[in-house]
Amino acid sequence: MSDYVVKLSDQGTVAVDDTILVKGVQAAAGSRILEGFRPLFSAEAVTRLEKKGYVVSGKTQVGEFGLDLVGEFSYYADKEEELTGAAAGLVSRGAVKAALGVDLNGAPRRAAALSGVDFLKPTYGTVSRYGVISCAASGEQIGVYAGNVESIGEIMGVIAGHDGKDGTSLREESYDYRTDLAVRGKKVCIVRELLDRADGEVRGRVEAYGEKLRKNGAAVEEVSCDLFETANTAWQILMDAETCNNVSRYDGVKFGHRAAEYKNIDELYVNTRTEGFNFLTKAVILYGSDVLSKGRYEDCYGKSLKVRRVVAERFAELMKDYDAVLAPACGKAAYKAYDIRDAFETVFQESVFTSVPNLTGIPALACGGVQLMGKALNESVLLSLAGSVERAGGSL
Amino acid sequence: MRYEMVVGLETHVELSTNSKIFCSCGGHSAAKEPNDCVCPACCGMPGMLPVMNKRVVELAVTAGLMLNCEISRYTTFDKKNYYYPDLPCSYQITQLNHPICTNGCVTLKTTSGERDIHIKQIHMEEDAGKLVHVGKASYIDFNRTSVPLIEIVTQPDFRSAEEVLVYLNKLKTMFRSGGISECEEGAMRCDVNVSVRPEGSTEFGVRTEIKNMASFESIERAIRYEVQRHIDAIEFETEELVQETRRFDEASGKTFAMRNKETAADYRYFPDANLMPVIIDEEWLEEIKAKMPAAIDEKADYYREAGISEKEIDMLIHNHNAGELLDRVVALGCDAKGAAGWILTDCAGILRKNGKLLGDLELGAKDLAAIIKMVDDGRVNRMSGRKILTAVMETGVDPAAYCRENALDAQADRATVERVIDTVLNENAKALEDYRNGKVKAKQALFGACMKALKNTADTALIRELLDERLSQC
Ligand SMILES: [Zn+2]
Repeated sequence: MSDYVVKLSDQGTVAVDDTILVKGVQAAAGSRILEGFRPLFSAEAVTRLEKKGYVVSGKTQVGEFGLDLVGEFSYYADKEEELTGAAAGLVSRGAVKAALGVDLNGAPRRAAALSGVDFLKPTYGTVSRYGVISCAASGEQIGVYAGNVESIGEIMGVIAGHDGKDGTSLREESYDYRTDLAVRGKKVCIVRELLDRADGEVRGRVEAYGEKLRKNGAAVEEVSCDLFETANTAWQILMDAETCNNVSRYDGVKFGHRAAEYKNIDELYVNTRTEGFNFLTKAVILYGSDVLSKGRYEDCYGKSLKVRRVVAERFAELMKDYDAVLAPACGKAAYKAYDIRDAFETVFQESVFTSVPNLTGIPALACGGVQLMGKALNESVLLSLAGSVERAGGSL
Repeated sequence: MRYEMVVGLETHVELSTNSKIFCSCGGHSAAKEPNDCVCPACCGMPGMLPVMNKRVVELAVTAGLMLNCEISRYTTFDKKNYYYPDLPCSYQITQLNHPICTNGCVTLKTTSGERDIHIKQIHMEEDAGKLVHVGKASYIDFNRTSVPLIEIVTQPDFRSAEEVLVYLNKLKTMFRSGGISECEEGAMRCDVNVSVRPEGSTEFGVRTEIKNMASFESIERAIRYEVQRHIDAIEFETEELVQETRRFDEASGKTFAMRNKETAADYRYFPDANLMPVIIDEEWLEEIKAKMPAAIDEKADYYREAGISEKEIDMLIHNHNAGELLDRVVALGCDAKGAAGWILTDCAGILRKNGKLLGDLELGAKDLAAIIKMVDDGRVNRMSGRKILTAVMETGVDPAAYCRENALDAQADRATVERVIDTVLNENAKALEDYRNGKVKAKQALFGACMKALKNTADTALIRELLDERLSQC
């Protein structure tokens, strides 16, 4: 299988995933519905990298609209037995220094954890979403894959910052991506409920990582926190609703795929979308459409917005006592190929580990096969904790 | 039994902004060809994000203030979902939960007295594009997509078609004078809710909605037709009334039920996460208020008191440029009635001669005030004043300098004028003879000859006075 949908340069230093626009280069977000779509402009993050001399190596494979586990359901990629994620694979083989990915529902964090590389999903609003093929505006965010936290800090320093073209972009003067803050005295908690959801190998990894942090001077302890299940349900509802709405523009009228056979406008819509979307996206569209419908809205979408506020408050409460949460990034140590008809449920189950950062905007770092979550704009704490482990050496 | 109609209005008004509501494309009025004013954002391409046009908020707030509304300090946007090829994103950005203005009221003066119409809310939204059908093919023109609109929703307070027309004309006049909308053909579109009930009843009857009418005439015809249809249905049981959406057919003058499919949609409204809530703080609100023109009623009363005619008042209110120039010239100390004459007669005449309209007027208030003062002080006569005005408007010269260079202010004294009159009468024996024989026109010719000989250096009133005196002696 090729890691790239479109390869641009052998000398490239940074790969970008197929949901991020590069001017003139097909951007299809892994979907047939956008086949042949060539954007008229580049994403702000890409423009900022190119201005600093970074060369884009190409567009990496992603699962259709980033909705799957790690990129297994792309229209442009062949089926594999072992699922890992294209961008994470390129970084782990050293083919590029770093890669940009869009974290919509944890796929890049899971992919990084499986490949043993790092992926930072930064605080919502720090990197412009201008030029992202958007699904869920309220929680998706561009992040960085790299082999070590220093490289992540370097790339984040280039792409983060206010952008007037994105109304949700934060107006902070500067951001802190240092990787060498003192670890001694930092407090980290492991959430028991998340640990219990993971398989034995993953649990072992989390415990081993906690041990390394302890050795480097951090205080690590187990806590009980029942937020994650509810937060996951709320995020899946919000994400499906927003995705259903955002992909509704792909109708065969203006660009991308159009069905060959149709007799009227309704058939043009139905045939195009039937051919253009995969089973998982269709499930998301149906579910998203349902939770926004009359009679269901208050109990589903409306309630999820309230849950988002409550989760943010209660997570902030937890973080008064801790600097970071140490958790699995995915429930299994490896993913095997599976039927797309099971994807909606499978992704839902696995997202319990990743949803809180998407729902509330806090930063999360996949590192060493596990995940650290932190307070908004506190990326430097996560990078420093992971940095202390990376610099101490010794692989998993 | 006597029936009373109960009507509510939803009026969509296109705002006069330089750019669209969420992107920097010019408005569709700038477009010459289809799809002239489009960009990836207003074509629905992925990757683009909506960026709020501040001017739209300011104009919507101004409209709300004019209609005595409460202005929301926190206002948000929602997405309304439906599929149609002229809607590039398959959703329209509008306001459902926190509209910008609520609870307004406007007083109408109708033939049956004053009536208060309550405004439920005003919200901001984007327009859709346009389909063009050529033979069997359909094309899409996106020039109109994302053009900013406000929708003004009234309570069901109208009791006659006349009230509806007075209301719409009042909106039109207000919005033009306030720079909110040009309200040209098609820039104001109405949905009308109609029901009827026995006079004196407080219950509401079955309500129907007539969609999307652009001309005031159609709105009036549609209301009259629909009210009669309701009365007939109740009185003579001609049909059973159902709550439904209807369209008005211009040709037949009738309304028809729209297919259920077009109306039964669930729009699945939900908040737009790309647009942060707009916060209108005290400072911004004061800024908008300071920029607002005086209320039209107040303004008309002020003009009336100054002795300006109703026809001129109408022109001043409908011509934002002219009204503003008058206010500024008055502020510089000129008499309002006199200045109105200068603007509406002299300036308008000069513009017409150059193939322009009053709306094209571009004249500095200081220049006009200087000219009016020269004439009022008797330093130049009315005719020279107009000559200076012409020069200023056509070439932009300074009025005082032009007057000096062309020796227009060298005022001839009484003796000089008498001497010139004598010379003219001697040289125009034929005209004098005609005048004596009762030809009134001949006097005008003699006056003209005097003016010419004096090269506009004398006060016209003085010439007239002395010429009359001299002729009465002949
Ligand atoms: Zn545009």
